[in-house]
Amino acid sequence: MNSWLAQHQAACGRAVRRLLAAPLNTLLSLLVIGIALTIPAFGYLVLDSLRQLGHGAAGAQQVSVFMQLDASRKEVAEIEARLQAVAPARWRFVPRDEALARLKGNEGMVEIVASLPRNPLPDAFVVEPPSLAPDAAPEALEVLKKEISGWPKVEHVQLDSAWVRRFDAFIRIGRLALGMLAAVFAAGLIAVTFNTIRLQVLGHAAEIEVARMIGATDTFISRPFHYFGALQGAAGGLLAALLVALGLALLAGPVGELAALYGAQFALRTLGLAEVAALVGCGGLLGWLGGQLSVRLSLRQFD
Amino acid sequence: MIVASNLTKRYPGGLQALHDVSFEISAGEMVCVTGHSGAGKTTLIKLVSTIEPPTAGSLLVNGQNLAALRRSALPFVRRNFGLIFQDQKLLFDRSALENVLLPLEIVGLPYREAVRRAQAALDKVGLLERAKANPVALSGGEQQRLAIARAVVNRPAVLVADEPTGNLDTESAEQIFAIFESFHQVGVTVVIATHDLGCIRRFEPRVLRLDHGRLL
Repeated sequence: MNSWLAQHQAACGRAVRRLLAAPLNTLLSLLVIGIALTIPAFGYLVLDSLRQLGHGAAGAQQVSVFMQLDASRKEVAEIEARLQAVAPARWRFVPRDEALARLKGNEGMVEIVASLPRNPLPDAFVVEPPSLAPDAAPEALEVLKKEISGWPKVEHVQLDSAWVRRFDAFIRIGRLALGMLAAVFAAGLIAVTFNTIRLQVLGHAAEIEVARMIGATDTFISRPFHYFGALQGAAGGLLAALLVALGLALLAGPVGELAALYGAQFALRTLGLAEVAALVGCGGLLGWLGGQLSVRLSLRQFD
Repeated sequence: MIVASNLTKRYPGGLQALHDVSFEISAGEMVCVTGHSGAGKTTLIKLVSTIEPPTAGSLLVNGQNLAALRRSALPFVRRNFGLIFQDQKLLFDRSALENVLLPLEIVGLPYREAVRRAQAALDKVGLLERAKANPVALSGGEQQRLAIARAVVNRPAVLVADEPTGNLDTESAEQIFAIFESFHQVGVTVVIATHDLGCIRRFEPRVLRLDHGRLL
């Protein structure tokens, strides 16, 4: 056990020395690995932030019901009664005059509204269905929409949450694309490690040859290279975390400004400690994998 | 210790380096393998130290038939041998001491114990003061002695050397042979491929003479 630990310690030390022995090469490899991990990590964070934004908005699910322009008071009252039945106290009536008044309140609209010969806006209802579970909402709202559409003198029913669903679909596609991108970059990372380790093995050919002849096992010979790959990958992961944090810090200002222009509260979320650990772990694992493949193939030439 | 039966080695390209060679070396013996250049001395040494497999014939080391061994078991057999190569195969990216440490790292000796033993081995060949020197800075004789220190540091049962005095002057060669003799005296089996007849006369070992790949 002690000897086992000592061997690993020695191999790890050797890997660190080899990494430090060629600082420029190491730096370049780290950059390549770091960038390969930064892009998916950054994409993940942006998508995740947007997803949360979507979920925040999905809370306000509304159905807008527009009456026909020629709907009479009595007909409107009829709809009121029906709404009271399906969504008690969860609806609000917006008379056409009030809607017009509100439109006038918008800057720049006053003249346009004034130039209209008559009020073009219909009477409307805003319905907020009671306590729908966020995931069940789209289907339930769809049912409600169909039902209301069939009522007399109802011109149009609009699902205000439709954009949330489109947004969700968009996020799902984004995630899928990101997953594919991440897979490609992971393969790239393995390839980069494969190549650096192959060069390392060639550079240590004399040592490997001698070690083999005096009784070194393949495990002994491979071990420092495995550590090399894992350490390089993990360091690349750490670099990626730094790059992502830097990118977020640079974006925070402009994103805040943009959100303010839309009157929204939105900020890209930052990397959590677990996510930094995941990045480092991912880098380490992929690096180790690349090293493993590379050493196994490279050592064959010594047989 | 070592039993070779009908060893034959043919290299790709048709060169027949060894032809039906049989011999036995018992534990603690000192044996010199001699012969003209190209007689198969180096090949014999490589086969005996399990670096190369024979084309035909069998080799028993400590009663183990090497042909029957799995490839993964080979390193452990090789640890029975202390090898001294014709071209020494020292590593020039590290100090003399670190060269000697390599076999101990391979068997996983704790670092401090390893350094102690490596220093003892260097002392034995008279190189303790040069422990920190890079092998490049050593003379031919010193390099050869460093190679010996690396070969013996793991206390192998068999010391195998291929032309250890090839490029050395008489005085250095005598030093080298004296070191071999001292190991022989403490019970180590020593196998040396050489054409240095002076040394053979002086130490009177058992001699295996090769001629065109055949044992005379």
